[in-house]
Amino acid sequence: MSQNVITSPTGHDAHDEHHGPSGLLKWLTTTDHKIIGLSYTITAVVMLIIGGALAELIRAQLATSNGHLVSFAQYNELFTMHGSIMIYLFVGPFAFGALANIIVPLQIGAPDMACPRHNALRYWLYLSGSITMLLGFFTAGGAANFGWVGYAPLTSSLNAPGAGADLWIGGLLLTGFSAIFTGVNLIATIFYLRAPGMTMFRMPIFTWNLLVTAILILLAFPVLTAGLIMLYADRHFGTHVFSVAGGGVPVLWQHIFWFWGHPEVYILALPFFGMATEIIAVFSKKPVFGYKGMIFATITIAALSLGVWAHHMFTTGVVLLPFFSIMSLLIAVPTGIKIFNWIGTMWRGELWFSTAMLMSIGFLITFLIGGLTGIYLASPPLDFFTHDTYFVVAHFHSVVMALVLAAMGGLYFWGPKITGFLLNERIGKAQFWLLFIGTQVFTFPLYILGLQGMPRRMAVYPLHHDWVNLNAISSVGAVLIGISTLLFALNIVVSWKKYPAGDNPWDAQTLEWFTTSPPPHHNFYRLPQIRSERPTWDYNHPEHKSVAHASHEN
Amino acid sequence: MEKTPLSPQGTRTSGRIGRRLRVLLTIPAAGLLLSGCTLPSFGVSKGVTKSSVQVFHLWQWFSVGAVVIGALVLALIGYAIVRYRRKDESAIPKQSQYHIPLELLYTIVPIIIVIVLFVATLIVENPEVSNPRTDVVVNVNAFQWGWKFSYPGHAVVVVGQTTQSPTMVVPANTNVHVNLTSTDVVHGFYVKEFNFSRYALPGVTNQFTFNAVKTGVYSGQCTQLCGLYHSLMFFKVKVVSPATYDQWLLDNRNVSAATAAANATALQNNPYLSSQSTQSAAN
Repeated sequence: MSQNVITSPTGHDAHDEHHGPSGLLKWLTTTDHKIIGLSYTITAVVMLIIGGALAELIRAQLATSNGHLVSFAQYNELFTMHGSIMIYLFVGPFAFGALANIIVPLQIGAPDMACPRHNALRYWLYLSGSITMLLGFFTAGGAANFGWVGYAPLTSSLNAPGAGADLWIGGLLLTGFSAIFTGVNLIATIFYLRAPGMTMFRMPIFTWNLLVTAILILLAFPVLTAGLIMLYADRHFGTHVFSVAGGGVPVLWQHIFWFWGHPEVYILALPFFGMATEIIAVFSKKPVFGYKGMIFATITIAALSLGVWAHHMFTTGVVLLPFFSIMSLLIAVPTGIKIFNWIGTMWRGELWFSTAMLMSIGFLITFLIGGLTGIYLASPPLDFFTHDTYFVVAHFHSVVMALVLAAMGGLYFWGPKITGFLLNERIGKAQFWLLFIGTQVFTFPLYILGLQGMPRRMAVYPLHHDWVNLNAISSVGAVLIGISTLLFALNIVVSWKKYPAGDNPWDAQTLEWFTTSPPPHHNFYRLPQIRSERPTWDYNHPEHKSVAHASHEN
Repeated sequence: MEKTPLSPQGTRTSGRIGRRLRVLLTIPAAGLLLSGCTLPSFGVSKGVTKSSVQVFHLWQWFSVGAVVIGALVLALIGYAIVRYRRKDESAIPKQSQYHIPLELLYTIVPIIIVIVLFVATLIVENPEVSNPRTDVVVNVNAFQWGWKFSYPGHAVVVVGQTTQSPTMVVPANTNVHVNLTSTDVVHGFYVKEFNFSRYALPGVTNQFTFNAVKTGVYSGQCTQLCGLYHSLMFFKVKVVSPATYDQWLLDNRNVSAATAAANATALQNNPYLSSQSTQSAAN
């Protein structure tokens, strides 16, 4: 045993977290990636709950054709802030701020992120940006009301004069810089702080996906930041970048926004793909089926994602349709590779249906639906008549709800590593079924509504019998999702410090499960030898090494 | 200002690659698309224009692919879930990984499927976005929150907003060329029965041509969020026989825009108008 372990040269007690402040001051001043990551996690989940509450209001308004719950003006604020909170303040920060921050250094055997103070800065930027955006609700004109995509010139000082719009821009600038710093920090950490033996092709898939995500962040986010500064200048300094009157081009905003926005879709998705990959492998008791194929698929997705932005703009009539169509269709290929890899990993495994595994399978099925409906939208003639209808809304909600399922899987899977305590599995499974069934009940009627011609972002809609029924069913789904979220909160309360996790409760494979739960201040007292992408598994099961299919046939 | 470039033949320059492919593929593709008639509709209707029928068939074929692939993947997942459920907590399965032929298979087959889908897309897309020469031109102007339809050369203008949706009258079986503009923000011109939509962008004249083959009244609506009364920005397209169309043009020549709107729409008892909207409008 001992010859497989690199023991820390110094005594480990000296390194424990007893030095430095404690309590609230510790949370405010910390540069420990685990505490910052936990702050990120809590903030992002709070945003999920706020955004979810707004979604419930939207579904309540739409449950009848002529809802009176909110006014037209309030409805525009509702869906704008629902989308903005979910995309900018929940999914993104959760993907690359929360679990990534905690898990990536642990997975590569690093003591912390490469730039710990920088790491703290990005959390505070994120928090202040989030608060800035939410403050819009308390201004005289209300929060931003031009959709989360903010198409010019609806965002001009003429069309959206309120301070809510400025707070939206300010909030996005702050969280945008937070994201850019995240990209820098993740890349530096992954390139420079890997433990001895941790070569690039021994890094876990989750870490690989975060590396690719970080590169995409650096390519995409500065473009959004620049666009936001132009927009702010248009509103306040009299520039005319996006207004026709001064010789500007409104559709330029759409180009800038989607040049960020489409890579952003993968910036959001790749970390969750990584979570699902890790979870499925662990609970199948097998290595990832095509580890290298998975990595190349991730890189291919990232590369293609930079050339597909105008598929959001097919109906503008000012983009080259065939190019963006084939690029978008091609993304189905690496995505398909991932799906087959997940299935291949489960194949001939010993599947343990823990809550985390159920959430990951739920992710897989929901993402399959979102992916298949996405293929239609890559074909311009089919996009023309589904664009801006509920079909699109249903499509991307299938995708993002799949990400929520994966996020929940990630929390059930890695939560014990962070806190040292397991969550209750029975409540967890009930939460899974409500969330999974609720998601399908919520999205399926929306697909049909879109095909029947219901445009998105309508506060009231024509009194068709079908439309009312379909909307009502969808609202029931939203309620189920809401209850599942409450169950999650209940589970935290019920399980509070009740079920000690131990170091490696799932018989998992990667380095983070080699250290204690929660890990000590600088993460590791000792490291195993790293000779594959599964060092902890190799250490615990030296007789069960991975074998390639081809090798046993020869 | 920024007109979509038209080549001398009146076709979009962007369709050049597709045009060559189209010549090559028209014959087998026509058979393929026509045979789509016997497939289920997958929630979409044929529509009432020449293009909308083609789009419908494209939709059917995409759906066949999606259903087949979706069913296959779900079956694989389902099989794995049932067959490989853990029976013994301490059991460790064979740690097998990588299978090059299989990995190649699930890379190459999707590439072939994608190429087929792309070619099918081009076959439907190129005629749909081409702008053949035509005598009937309607200038459609979208504004917050209504529509103006003017018929250049005929001095006919129809305007209507929110509560009274204006009607665009067009002849059947004729190529109707639309010049689509916006006065203020981005709007979306969408007629469900056309299986088509197009943005009205400020500063851009967007052009498209449709050929409605069935007379009738079809509802249309703004699909792109355009501010407060986006939910109420409806219009109608009335497809009539060419003779009726000519007569309608004569009857409404030089009539003031408001009267023309009244003539055209006769202020339908609008089912979309809610008490809330009147209330909000009053505020």
